Amino acid sequence: MQLQPEGLGAWGIAVALAGGAMRGSIPYMFVSLGECLTEKSGKINLGMEGVLLMGAVTAFGVSDLTGSPWLGVLAAAAVGLVLGAIHAWLTQQPAVNDVAAGIAMIIFGSGLAFFFGKRFVAPMAPQLPLVALGEWSRVGAIQSALRISPLFFIGIAVAFLLNWVFTRTSCGLKVRAAGDDPQAARALGIDVNGVRFIAIAMGGALAAVGGAHLTLYFPGIWSEGISGGQGLMAVALVIFARWSPRRCLAAALLFGGAQALGPSLQSLGITGYYYLFNASPYLLTLAVMVATCTPSRRLAGMPGALGKK
Amino acid sequence: MTRAETVIVPLGAMLAGMIVFGAFCAALGVNPLLVYASIWKAGFGSWYSWQNTLVRASPLLLCGLCTAIPAGAGIIVIGNEGAVVVGGLGAIASGLATLSLPPFLSLTTMFLSAAVCGGLWIAFSVALQHYRGVSAVISGLLLNYLAIALMNQLIEGPLRDPSSLDNPASYPLTPDHRLSYFSGTHVHHGLTFGLVACVLAWFLVERTTFGFALKICGGNVRAARLSGLPVGRLVVIAGFLGGACAGVAGMVEVAAVHGRANESLNAGYGYVGILVAFLARQSAFGVVLISLLVGGLLASGGMLQRAHGLPDATIAVLQGILFLFILLSDTVYGRFKLPWAQSHEAKPDAAAA
Repeated sequence: MQLQPEGLGAWGIAVALAGGAMRGSIPYMFVSLGECLTEKSGKINLGMEGVLLMGAVTAFGVSDLTGSPWLGVLAAAAVGLVLGAIHAWLTQQPAVNDVAAGIAMIIFGSGLAFFFGKRFVAPMAPQLPLVALGEWSRVGAIQSALRISPLFFIGIAVAFLLNWVFTRTSCGLKVRAAGDDPQAARALGIDVNGVRFIAIAMGGALAAVGGAHLTLYFPGIWSEGISGGQGLMAVALVIFARWSPRRCLAAALLFGGAQALGPSLQSLGITGYYYLFNASPYLLTLAVMVATCTPSRRLAGMPGALGKK
Repeated sequence: MTRAETVIVPLGAMLAGMIVFGAFCAALGVNPLLVYASIWKAGFGSWYSWQNTLVRASPLLLCGLCTAIPAGAGIIVIGNEGAVVVGGLGAIASGLATLSLPPFLSLTTMFLSAAVCGGLWIAFSVALQHYRGVSAVISGLLLNYLAIALMNQLIEGPLRDPSSLDNPASYPLTPDHRLSYFSGTHVHHGLTFGLVACVLAWFLVERTTFGFALKICGGNVRAARLSGLPVGRLVVIAGFLGGACAGVAGMVEVAAVHGRANESLNAGYGYVGILVAFLARQSAFGVVLISLLVGGLLASGGMLQRAHGLPDATIAVLQGILFLFILLSDTVYGRFKLPWAQSHEAKPDAAAA
């Protein structure tokens, strides 16, 4: 679905950008929400890239075999749950480094994904039905630009749900307690390791749903470069969002929009700095971090136990 | 940690990983013993396969040091991939600019510029952590992306060779300006750089006051500050040295393997390098051993495809399983008493009684 905003001028670019941001934001949304849940419990999962790829290949395979893309999404979430659980168990062993475990999980997850991906030579798997937001317009380009995957709305719902869980429920309080001060949490009788295990596993499940979007949305094919490193960005996105699920949405839209910016500018004839435009969110994240961090103070909103053994 | 443990624990972890991967193969209907035989043959079975292994090990030696050297000072660097890429870019830019110079001078320029580019890249990331409190893990990840964007911009733009159509690449180096091979082999001198760098890193960390000061920073920053060590300068220099190694890995890829800069600069050696360093428990000697092992695994991907019809990603599955098990084995140290270690400890009691 290459966008054709020509002839619509700046308006067309704006719609293309909005549509592109909504589409491109979906994987970012799920990996950042998954990472947010993980980090709220006080652990880092750097291995979301592997989870994303396994989610993508699982969703593709199950959708192709059963003909039901929604089963594909569920299967992806289940695989993500397992990968998250492996990471959770591994990083809770004494002397195992979170960062190294994350990188090992990237290699393990992407290796498995590429291994099973080789078998799915089918050109296309059944895709998720799309939600048409552009029916008010008679312009075909706008209609196609605003045809959005239902996962976009599920992602928004999950973000608000997580926000509610963190602020209003005792489960959320337990997760935050485990993440902020595990010793105090233990003193209150909270099973910190159990809470973390569940949070990290569920975080993996969420990230894998983001992977499902990659293969169950146009063009609905599997390729090894499909994630383009979006899973690696999870950690940076969560920092950008200051560990708030709702701000994860904004961060995901920003990163998705920046991704759409390059092609939009290209359609305007501005091609000179395509790759640098694509990299602008990374530069922005770095600049924001440099501007707001100090060696003596932790970032506002950062779970207290994060990065400590 | 006893000496016996440092041998038995990693070997046991590898064995456990191999059993799990063997079960994976068996589940797919392939005889795991034959698969291991193929891996051995393709990675270590003959002088020819050793050459393949050594070629793949050389960038890993350098990338492993990129994490291992700053780790001594307590800083986790994972921006290796970015440092490889900017090192490669520095190398190709200076290499193309010095094509009129004699090859030796040109290669020296490439080497230095790659080392400086990679070094500054990582030093920047480490400095951000030390002076601004921005975790080097995060800045390293972000800088990886910026480096790749920079590379794409350069090889699609000013450095682009118009004859490279599908796979954009820079202008090539002339054959006499490329890094040479050991005579009679296809092993390039990147291996020399890697091995020399490991020896130097070992000497620096284990045998100099600088290395000792680094270890103090890594052990206890406050103690280091109280004893008047310039902590900031030390960790940034450690970052620079590590980054310089990764930068040289980029130079080797450009000057020896491809003869030009293209997308294969970010082939993932940087990420594997991080694991090499962790599996080597941040020791330069360990980096050599693990690089050879992983290099051999990487070299055997094609063989599995030819001999068993397994996709080349199979080797990534094996790598992932092995890495997970070896990392997990870190937790075993000191938990289980080995029979002879126990009897050794029991002696003083016996003497007292």
